[in-house]
Amino acid sequence: MKLRANTFVGGVLIALLAGTAITATFWTPFDPLRTSLRERLKPPSALHWLGTDEFGRDVLSRIMAGATTSVIVALVTVVLAVSVGVLVGGVSGYRRGWTDRIIMAFTDALLAFPGILLALGVMIVVGASRFGIVLALGLAYMPSVARVVRGTVLSIREKEYIEASRVLGNSELYTLARHVLPNAIAPVAVLATSMFGWVLLAESALSFLGLGVPPPAPTWGNMLAASRSYMENASWLGIAPGLCIALTLLGINLLGDALRDRLDPRMEQG
Amino acid sequence: MTRPLLKLDHLRIAAASGAVVVDDVSYQIGRGEFLAVVGESGSGKTAAARAVLGLLPPGLVRTGGTLLFDGEDLAKASPRQMRKLRGPGIGMVFQEPMVSLNPAIRIGAQMAEGLMLHARLSRVEVRRRCLEMLARVQIRDPEHTFDAYPHEFSGGMRQRIMLASVMLLRPKLLIADEPTTALDTLTQREVLDLMVELARDHDTAVMLITHNLGLVARYAQRAVVLRQGRVVETGSARQILSAPREAYTKQLVEALPRRAERAMSSLAGEPLISARGLRVEFQGRQGLLRRAPATPAVNGVDLDIGAGETVAVVGGSGSGKTTLGRAMLRLLPVAGGTIRFRGKDVTSTIDRDFRLASQLVFQDPYSSLDPRMRVGEIVAEPLRHLPGLTIAERTERVEAMLGEVGLSGFAQRCPHELSGGQRQRIAIARAIVRHPAFVVADEPVSALDMTIQAQVLKLFERLQAQYGFACLFISHDLAAVEQVADRVIVMQGGRIVEQGSRDDIFDRPQHDYTKALLAAAPVLHFAEEAVGAP
Repeated sequence: MKLRANTFVGGVLIALLAGTAITATFWTPFDPLRTSLRERLKPPSALHWLGTDEFGRDVLSRIMAGATTSVIVALVTVVLAVSVGVLVGGVSGYRRGWTDRIIMAFTDALLAFPGILLALGVMIVVGASRFGIVLALGLAYMPSVARVVRGTVLSIREKEYIEASRVLGNSELYTLARHVLPNAIAPVAVLATSMFGWVLLAESALSFLGLGVPPPAPTWGNMLAASRSYMENASWLGIAPGLCIALTLLGINLLGDALRDRLDPRMEQG
Repeated sequence: MTRPLLKLDHLRIAAASGAVVVDDVSYQIGRGEFLAVVGESGSGKTAAARAVLGLLPPGLVRTGGTLLFDGEDLAKASPRQMRKLRGPGIGMVFQEPMVSLNPAIRIGAQMAEGLMLHARLSRVEVRRRCLEMLARVQIRDPEHTFDAYPHEFSGGMRQRIMLASVMLLRPKLLIADEPTTALDTLTQREVLDLMVELARDHDTAVMLITHNLGLVARYAQRAVVLRQGRVVETGSARQILSAPREAYTKQLVEALPRRAERAMSSLAGEPLISARGLRVEFQGRQGLLRRAPATPAVNGVDLDIGAGETVAVVGGSGSGKTTLGRAMLRLLPVAGGTIRFRGKDVTSTIDRDFRLASQLVFQDPYSSLDPRMRVGEIVAEPLRHLPGLTIAERTERVEAMLGEVGLSGFAQRCPHELSGGQRQRIAIARAIVRHPAFVVADEPVSALDMTIQAQVLKLFERLQAQYGFACLFISHDLAAVEQVADRVIVMQGGRIVEQGSRDDIFDRPQHDYTKALLAAAPVLHFAEEAVGAP
């Protein structure tokens, strides 16, 4: 398998993110929560590579710690949205009939709200916390997974190998798990990678609006939000998290494309 | 011979990857002549014909040779000149009637397109000619057809409309690329007869691209046999079919199914599976308040199949033969009647024994295998319902089965790495590995090339002799039926119109529909003169 340039770039960016997130769990240059009034709003220097913020906290350390939070939140959210979505969509597409109609009416209702608005509503109910974000964003993104899975399953269930499985005497559940879902997984995997990006962005947006992970814990979103007031005289405050979000999204999209190509069994060189 | 109408001279076509698709092919067609270009998939027969029209699919380029049409070098023709030639010079009818008409444009407008482009005629005149031509191709109610959309017509009708719109321009050469492969035998006969008649009236030469030697025998004057991009043999159709010179041509002719002496297993004692008054209905469209009445696809069928017996079901498309097969396996809800398996009623409850003892082989080997599984897993899957089989025994049995179908060592391959014939062997292995008592084979060879068909049919027969399963063999290909069947039932409109032993049906058909089916079947019968002869 040839390693193409975009796969490589995507891989490097995501590896960097993962590495940073893991490193930050046991080591950062400074304590990301330690404030220092004397060190307020210092521009990047040899000591503080990315400068300091309005409370004198080291921006690099906060970026690293923020990566951990963001990655965990995004990962758990995607896992939640995908597992619920695959289950709901799979059952809906495979059973059809009334089951399908009821489930789809429910997901359509969820889809009718903009994802971020839905998440905002949930956040207000459950309160701003990591758990709240995961629940809110998971609920907001689950319907699109369900929709994609249902569509794919609808087309796969008409294939003759599904009928073949039934003639073999396999149970419905076995057929769904063994033949239908594995063949429906490729579009889901692609969706899941891009969703990781969206969730990262949405979590930043929620934090930006003050509904994300509560301060003082750093996330890229709330760092970006806080930088707003100092845009003119301390631009590094906004540039660092903004760039991190952009590069992560780029990496994820590149990797998603590569994944889509790889997951199609017909694309393998035989 | 006078100057030929079309002359291909040392034509070469290569793919962008460098693979040679057509390698040094030369053949010619005289005015008004009927030439058959015969070959299996990958023989380059379609690529060569498309090169004539300058319509090679992207990725293929002509790398050498000349194409002379009516004295004009097509290789040097500008795109503008080529456009002028397509239509009045060379017309083409494609294989797939379901997609070759634009679904968004009315029939009349599509037919008129060519006339408007190539002939200066008034609207009234265009309409008159179109209606005339529609009547010519025996479309009922041309006036209505003219204003109708393609989806209102069956495949056979669409192919007639296609033919009409191509012949409207009175081309000097008609290229027909497998024009009837997607149609059933009766329709195939009608469409081709029409084509020959129209071609004769307009003095049009016909290049029929086909894999069906029966059609060559019936219609063609001369034939060219292609294999892997090279000409194997050229000659009169009669010589090629009755006295082939080359080994490959001989192989093709021998691959034609022939009636074999079978030890006829007569139906004695209790039948293995029997249906009485079987009815299957398709639900009507669900309206807002009421459902449209259900239409019966199978209507009151009585059928007995004895152990080890092969019963063939023949009939045109829409005769209900596929539905009958699915219903006998209880894959479709039965609306009326009973099905008994080994004397037990399996109509309402799907008996576990029945499910495990019955199997299905599909028509399309491309969609019947799960693309994510390896061949070994596919063949092993039926065995998971056999209790008390160790993993080693299971692997051994799968290997043995793969050996039986001539694919030992393929266990680790994926379906997409296999050819159509190999896939169908895998599908058969999956059906047989559990030693079923009853197998429904739904057009198991009609998607395959001729030589592969023969191999798969032989394999199927051998396995049946070895394992002794009963078989319901669904096919519209009477030649295949003649080779494998003990008894034949003929279906029309969801009912059995005739049934009897194979020899009775083929030699002494009683019902008109059976007679028509048999007459339409392309077999190697030489009329004193081929139909296409001027």
